[in-house]
Amino acid sequence: MNRDTSSAGARLARFWENPAARALAALLLVGIIGCVFNADGAFFKAGTHRDALRQASIFGILACGMTLVIIGGGIDLAVGSLLALVAVCFSQLVIHWSWPPLLAIPVCLLIGAAGGAAAGGIAAGFRVQPFIATLAMMVFARGMAKTVSGGMKVSTAVQNADGTYRYVDVPAIFRWIDSRILGDHLTVVTAIFIGCALATWLLLARHTWGRYLYAIGGNEEAARLSGVPVRAVKLLSYAASGLLAGVAGLCQAAQEQQGDPEAGAGYELTAIAIVVIGGTALTGGRGGIGLTLLGTLTIGYLEKILSINAVPEASRLMLTGIIIIAAVLAQRRRAT
Amino acid sequence: MRSIAKRFGAVTVLRDVDLDIHGGEVLILAGENGAGKSTLIKILGGVHTSFEGRIQVGGEDVRPRSPLDAARLGIAVIHQELSLVPSMTVADNLFLGHPDWSKGFIRESRRREAARALVDRYGIGLDVARRVEDLPVAQQQLAEIAKALARQARVLVMDEPTSSLNAPEVQRLFHLIHDLKARGCGIVYITHKMEEVFQLADRIAVLRDGRHIGTALAADLPIERLLEWMVGRSLDQQYPAHASQPGGERLRLEGFTLAAGRQAARRPVDGVSLAVRAGEIVGLAGLQGSGASELLRGLFGAWGGGVQGRVWIDGREARISSPRQSITQGLALLTNDRKATGLVLPLSIIANVTLADLPRLARCGWRRPARERAAAEGVAAELAVRAASLDLPVGSLSGGNQQKIALAKWLLIQPRILLLDEPTRGIDVGAKHEIYERMNAWTREGAAILLITSELPELLALSDRIVVLHRGRITAEFPRAAADPARILSAAMGQAAGPVRDPGAAGPPSDGRGFPSIGGTDRSVSPL
Repeated sequence: MNRDTSSAGARLARFWENPAARALAALLLVGIIGCVFNADGAFFKAGTHRDALRQASIFGILACGMTLVIIGGGIDLAVGSLLALVAVCFSQLVIHWSWPPLLAIPVCLLIGAAGGAAAGGIAAGFRVQPFIATLAMMVFARGMAKTVSGGMKVSTAVQNADGTYRYVDVPAIFRWIDSRILGDHLTVVTAIFIGCALATWLLLARHTWGRYLYAIGGNEEAARLSGVPVRAVKLLSYAASGLLAGVAGLCQAAQEQQGDPEAGAGYELTAIAIVVIGGTALTGGRGGIGLTLLGTLTIGYLEKILSINAVPEASRLMLTGIIIIAAVLAQRRRAT
Repeated sequence: MRSIAKRFGAVTVLRDVDLDIHGGEVLILAGENGAGKSTLIKILGGVHTSFEGRIQVGGEDVRPRSPLDAARLGIAVIHQELSLVPSMTVADNLFLGHPDWSKGFIRESRRREAARALVDRYGIGLDVARRVEDLPVAQQQLAEIAKALARQARVLVMDEPTSSLNAPEVQRLFHLIHDLKARGCGIVYITHKMEEVFQLADRIAVLRDGRHIGTALAADLPIERLLEWMVGRSLDQQYPAHASQPGGERLRLEGFTLAAGRQAARRPVDGVSLAVRAGEIVGLAGLQGSGASELLRGLFGAWGGGVQGRVWIDGREARISSPRQSITQGLALLTNDRKATGLVLPLSIIANVTLADLPRLARCGWRRPARERAAAEGVAAELAVRAASLDLPVGSLSGGNQQKIALAKWLLIQPRILLLDEPTRGIDVGAKHEIYERMNAWTREGAAILLITSELPELLALSDRIVVLHRGRITAEFPRAAADPARILSAAMGQAAGPVRDPGAAGPPSDGRGFPSIGGTDRSVSPL
């Protein structure tokens, strides 16, 4: 962009300073790529978009929690493992122990929130770097998932007393989470993602806790000296992130119709990438859920466009890496 | 510099500014915050590279394209924020970016020798082998100057170099400046402290609203004229009248002690006892290391562990272990560093102003943006905050307006006790005036104020009483009438207070205006 001094140019420059504008531009670019490489019109079918959103939703849910933590100046590496832990627990409770969903779901979400709170408590209470505290939780939760599942996928194959297996039906709650609503146009998972985004947006934009989180991310000491209960606010952000990882874990279990203790590996990094592509600053204090929503769509559609064009996974990964860097470079705040 | 003009987007911050800098003189660049001083020196120092006008060095047209480029031209700028690498030694910092290499390796010993020689030549007392982060701020400042000298600067620009120095350190800096002047350096010096202007200036150049108002020999520019030039109106009084009518005792400390960390050997504040009455301003005087700032932090519950002693607020003993608790008890702390500890720079004015009072403005934890805006508008208007919109990030405001925001935060909670640490640091005359007025309003409303300021005239003018600290202990206490700079300074340096205090007196002496003073032991001269 050249430095135009005319008012239109200046207005464009000011518009461009807004991270939302840049995140939107990235998304538009991805959309244009989709229109050009439309895989014989597949990109223009409603089903393609529904599936793109369905696949992006789990990452989007994780990214919502990640946004909270990052705005507070932290980072949460544990969400991928917590997702697996909750997916395993949910499958175990519902498929094998036949718990009613109304009981199993709160328990599972509590497990996720507790895991997040533990990591957040260590980070905030003992002043351990969030990177380290959540790294430890990432390893610990993965171990927990493997312990609960016995190292195997918790599926609908149930072992009989004599050692043989029988297959039970996929629980109704699994099928419902993985179903579509609104005349087949929207998956339930996507609706859950929208709900999570709405809830986190409300907290960030309209609740004192969200304002405190921005203040802590922007200047922790100034926040503390203004009477902000820094430790509690931070701990809650990790607990919320863990809770949302739990929500993602429920969706993952329902989509796979099983609890895989290996699930979610590396998801935390995708979530971070989404947040950063949206334009939320990793240094904390700046950003928001709206940006994360744009980031989710960008990553989600990119993946979808590459897959409908039958780009092999190896090339897809390399391309995604390049796109992340390009998006982040475009998002970088210009020093004037 | 000729006809210098600079625009940021649609805003013109400098227009048609001429400036001549001669070798062997000190040119004071004066002007309110936002007058364009910093922009001007950033152009000179190669930070801002797009501008209109011409710069000549030694008769040749130049255009500094980067700070390094400016350094090659012999121009060195020492900004308010120091530009040293904290984890490296002074010697390494001095020659950072110098081609002082030998086959790609730095020759440690030679570099250190060269650094030592440089420091000795100018009589700068610096240990070049120490890491910058281990040095006190004053010495970091000296290191910054030494770095400029290492680059053979012919023009040295200093932007408020004394804002974090105490009196003896300032004197040392001034000696250095005189020395540099004698060696033919041209020095451009930006300051907000009046004494410094007339102590240093050979000539004074004044900027106002981006325009060059005038340049005059210091001898031809009396203080009233200078102030008139700076603010564009005549200020008959620098400090507003402060009618003190102290009421009942608001705050009382007894044996207040802060220990540094777990090893209780070092005590930044050691057995301080004092009382502040409603409507009274008590000034805390002290040099660096006096413990005055730490005392305020400790009182506010922001010290952490190692707090001893008793505190009474309005006659009731108070237990304060966190800033949150102290805010609910009606305490407010304005810290001495608005950027590091006072403000959340990326957040909006509204968010900063309402941060301490958010629970009251919200309903069940849910914020009410309209109420917040109304509250922020009220205090912003009261302190005459100049900003295009209250939604702007605080980091985009000028220093004076930032300081007003930091103060406005405490306006909302209607504090009973204000702990003000350098409330006017680095801000312009107009903003200072508005802050003084606000302090007076607070005392009229019955608040008690504990004030720290490193500007002695300000301390003398504003305080009803002055308590002098030295190494964490009270060494003297003066009523306003009996205080004078020399006695305060000597007490701050650990000397006995002289005739005001009767050293042999048993029991609490009176301070001459009928105030009861507290306990005797803390006032003894510190054993040093």
